[in-house]
Amino acid sequence: MKTVQWRWILPPVLLAGLVALLFAASPARLLNLNAPPLESLRVERTVLDTEGIALRVRAEGSKPMQIAQIQIDGAYWTFDQRPPGSISRLSTATLQIPYPWVEGEAHHIRFLTNTGVTFDHTIEVALPTPEFSTSTLLAYGWLGLYVGLVPVGLGMLFYPYLKMLGQRGLAFVLALTLGMLAFLLVDTLQEGLELAGEAAIAFQGQALVWFAAAIACLTLIAVGRRRGKSPEGSALSTYMALGIGLHNFGEGLAIGTAFALGELALGSFLVIGFTLHNLTEGLGIVAPLLKQKLRWIQFVSLAALAGLPAVLGIWIGAFAFSPQWAALFLGLGAGAILQVIIEVGSYLQRRIRQSKQAHGSGLSLAGFTAGLAIMYGTALLVKF
Amino acid sequence: MDLNVQRRSLIGAGLLGAGTWLGQRFSQGAIAQEPVTEAVPPHTGGMTTLGEVNHENNGFDPHALLTEWNTGSVSTLPDGQRLREYDIEAIEREIEVAPGVFYPAWTYNGQVPGPTIRATEGDRIRIRFTNQGEHMHTLHFHGMHGARQDGIPGVLEAAPGQSVTYEFEAKPFGCHLYHCHSMPFKRHLHKGLYGAFVIDPDPSRHPEQAEIAKSRVLGTPENQQWQELLMVMNAFDTNFDEENEVYAVNSIPHAFMKKPIRIERDRPVRIYLINVTEFDPINSFHLHANFFDYYDHGTTLTPTSRTLDTVMQCQGQRGILEFSFAGFEPGTYMFHAHQAEFAELGWMSAFEVVA
Repeated sequence: MKTVQWRWILPPVLLAGLVALLFAASPARLLNLNAPPLESLRVERTVLDTEGIALRVRAEGSKPMQIAQIQIDGAYWTFDQRPPGSISRLSTATLQIPYPWVEGEAHHIRFLTNTGVTFDHTIEVALPTPEFSTSTLLAYGWLGLYVGLVPVGLGMLFYPYLKMLGQRGLAFVLALTLGMLAFLLVDTLQEGLELAGEAAIAFQGQALVWFAAAIACLTLIAVGRRRGKSPEGSALSTYMALGIGLHNFGEGLAIGTAFALGELALGSFLVIGFTLHNLTEGLGIVAPLLKQKLRWIQFVSLAALAGLPAVLGIWIGAFAFSPQWAALFLGLGAGAILQVIIEVGSYLQRRIRQSKQAHGSGLSLAGFTAGLAIMYGTALLVKF
Repeated sequence: MDLNVQRRSLIGAGLLGAGTWLGQRFSQGAIAQEPVTEAVPPHTGGMTTLGEVNHENNGFDPHALLTEWNTGSVSTLPDGQRLREYDIEAIEREIEVAPGVFYPAWTYNGQVPGPTIRATEGDRIRIRFTNQGEHMHTLHFHGMHGARQDGIPGVLEAAPGQSVTYEFEAKPFGCHLYHCHSMPFKRHLHKGLYGAFVIDPDPSRHPEQAEIAKSRVLGTPENQQWQELLMVMNAFDTNFDEENEVYAVNSIPHAFMKKPIRIERDRPVRIYLINVTEFDPINSFHLHANFFDYYDHGTTLTPTSRTLDTVMQCQGQRGILEFSFAGFEPGTYMFHAHQAEFAELGWMSAFEVVA
């Protein structure tokens, strides 16, 4: 009886003992190592306004870090830190620097910690950060509608044309949709991994992207097939709209951030590019619906699900950007797209099998390649 | 870039007519702002190191260093020659080189720059040097002496815990320096092992310019009219990337900006200026609103250049500046490196001239 009890008690007791031992007799001290603490600092957000420059920084030191001095363009400058004092691991602080920055020019910021270590941050192009107000919110929202909802909606309006297609034409459009989705998957993953690189190392942003993608994909598959059957028709369209919506959210983030940082000159050329690029997305969303009647309410809600997240993305990108959160969302988006690829793929396979088409695979390959090519070609207009 | 312009072109693209009226409704001044800055102390316009260095913890004060002349313990040798004896220790310790920034310095007697050694031409100098650090160190004097007193690797180089004694005659008169010459040379210098070595001229050896020489001899009535200041232009590379983060006179950036040096208007000013800045080939001294006479190395009694307001010194170069604010309006007169880069990184100072 006693041995049974010890079996349960021993592991936690030993673990607690080990932790206590490590804290009491630090092994680094036993090795006589007196290495200075590791320090790292990330600038997560930059705001330029009439007050000067405000930076939100995240500390990643092995011990709390102290920002002792700040140089801007090689000059020591006064600053105000909120909250003051040392910044503990993974905490943030805001630094307000009353620096007369120059519009359209670059500024180089260097932080000196109490150990004399320096961290550099560059503002590539200094532009006033959009103020959070109803009018700027609306202005940015408007931009989101142009790059998200409008092209997706326009693409979906091609529904009657698609309806006229025969069996082979439909298979081609579905394969084309798959190509389009494959492009979006790669694009979303790439964007997410890139953003993950900007986040604090401790957040393990890249792993976060992959894990989020895996969990999102598996969850959506489980939900979609909860009745034991792969989703078809309007259910498949809804999943596709969701996946595309998450991708457009990421696209919005990128546009909003770049626009707020002055890294993106958004002209009519770029808007036409986005329209053509996202038009294909709308086409894909309605492809599974060709065998049924499409109601207006369904049409509008699918367009909103796929297109409106771009507005949200632009808002967040412009006003409240955090690379680790953005990376997480893009990971979820990639997972959602992968789920749609799997479901559309199996739907296409079933159709081909049912119709006993002779040249199914050749046609599918052509459609898939065409989808990729269209997305790649139109992306030439919008990648910056 | 202005969002309005962007949106106008969006609208211009004419992709979707619907909602254009909405865009027009919000087309006014959504984002445009002019960058303006204010609410900073008037003296610096915000350009300053933030906070104060704790001079007490550091064990030295840049203001005190201006006038801290170390004349040693004085005695007379049997042959009548004056002997000045000094004790100097090499101490490796952390100092605060800018408010809140701590630097693992190597010091002479715990301070950077080290103690200012001041003697008169012809004095015998005897220095007991003890190495309290964990690395080899020396004292290498800029002056005339034999090869066996040179303080270079292998010659009077003190190992950790060891003591060595340097002995030589103080010559030539002038504004000189001493520093560590152990290897690696650059690191031993920029970590803080340097100090001033001032040799006053012996008036009896310069009969035709005895009055001028007397004014240079510390403690004479002629000398007491002068306001003498020691300024060592130095810098610190806090992140060891072979570029300096902090520039200063007497180690602490902006020390004489936050608390200007008080100058009595009607008494002349003499500055012993020494450049020990590493990594940057030259440093400079620029005086506002006034001009000075310059004695390169201080080894002459007549100026080597007259009526300058900026002088440049290479690494290890030094000289004496003489000027006066007599007849000037009282107030703040700046002086600083005329390399704006150094000035903005700490080598910015001011005199407070009082009537």
